[in-house]
Amino acid sequence: MNLIAILISSMIINNIVLMQFLGLCSFFGVSTKMKSVVGMGLAVITVIFLSAAITYPLYKFVLVELGIQYIDTIAFILVIASLVQLTELIIKRFSQSLYKALGVYLPLIATNCAVLGVALTNVATPQSYPEALMFALGSGLGYAFIIITFTAIRLRLDSANVPKAMKGLPIAFITASLMAMAFMGLSGII
Amino acid sequence: MTEAKKVPVKKVEPVVEKEPSLWDIFTKGIWKENGIFVMVLGLCPALAVTSSFEGAFGMGILVILVLTMTNTSVSLIRKVVPDTVRIPVYVIIIATEVTITKMLVDAFAPALATKLGVFIALITVNCVVFGRAESFASKNNVIKSLLDGVGVGVGFALSLVIIGFFREFLGTGAIVLGKTLPLGFEYTVFEGLGLGKYAFAVLVQPPGAFMVIGIILAIITAARQAKGVKK
Repeated sequence: MNLIAILISSMIINNIVLMQFLGLCSFFGVSTKMKSVVGMGLAVITVIFLSAAITYPLYKFVLVELGIQYIDTIAFILVIASLVQLTELIIKRFSQSLYKALGVYLPLIATNCAVLGVALTNVATPQSYPEALMFALGSGLGYAFIIITFTAIRLRLDSANVPKAMKGLPIAFITASLMAMAFMGLSGII
Repeated sequence: MTEAKKVPVKKVEPVVEKEPSLWDIFTKGIWKENGIFVMVLGLCPALAVTSSFEGAFGMGILVILVLTMTNTSVSLIRKVVPDTVRIPVYVIIIATEVTITKMLVDAFAPALATKLGVFIALITVNCVVFGRAESFASKNNVIKSLLDGVGVGVGFALSLVIIGFFREFLGTGAIVLGKTLPLGFEYTVFEGLGLGKYAFAVLVQPPGAFMVIGIILAIITAARQAKGVKK
């Protein structure tokens, strides 16, 4: 599969949120304010990409060489947690405005299962390093794309006349369900 | 500041909270603080593995195991670990115990391991597990933490099983037993009813997961509102 196909497939067709159910806590938890969601999306793209760039070689050249593949979860969560800290420090040092936008969301990403999920999927499926990077980039973009779209819909739902019992989260779930159904229609393109 | 501005000190009666009994600690996790339906946490496995009843059941058992282990061990070390590094320490403990669980599943229930895939490892970042370690086990003794872990785990497992039951039953018309769990027999419940041709197949697909949870949450909200009206 060529790189463009991987990018489109991981971003839209096998969307990480709607099709693989990763990163749902933040998907429903944060999607109430547009500004924060854009920040969260950017932070997730960065961290997913960087963590995939580190965990893939770490697994192939360290864990496999030493024959300790079984500690992959522990090793990866450590990488992700320190990466999140590092990203926070770097952003704080170089761009105050970006830090203010992302600041609160960065620590949350350490427990976002999308990041660990992508890192684990990357080493579980046989693919090369560029393919793994492309998959990570596509997943991050897909996450940002879906969470921003979803927030736009939720903001409109606030003023919609929804049945009393469905207000808030229930209707959000039904909305997500309809979005997932729409995305199912895209399967088979690649 | 002048003397005249001084507000007379109000005597605040200290609110004496009744010490919850061990039974209360166990049961509150099942319903009152239910991970999925009340707190809406730990959604990833709730949606991803519930396309079949058995997958949901297996995941539920694993979450009970992991929550019991992590709550107990976090509670045991709570006085030794300095406050500033507690979160990395909890993460390592949880990751280690999830890895142990994963190895056990690989060894004793390989079909379940294939079915749940990456989601066994992802129990590590399940908000419910981490939330209990941070908010309960780090402040309470071992017995209470153990009971809290089992209670919250059972509540989580029950929610998964409910979602899994509706998705598989309405989505395929029957419930398959013994295919992914090592039960030693294979049996399909409700097969004789012949509901397969009326099955609502989208429920076992990804959109069905969101739909079922949305409807269950709406029913819970409606029930609460009806209760509130009566009062």
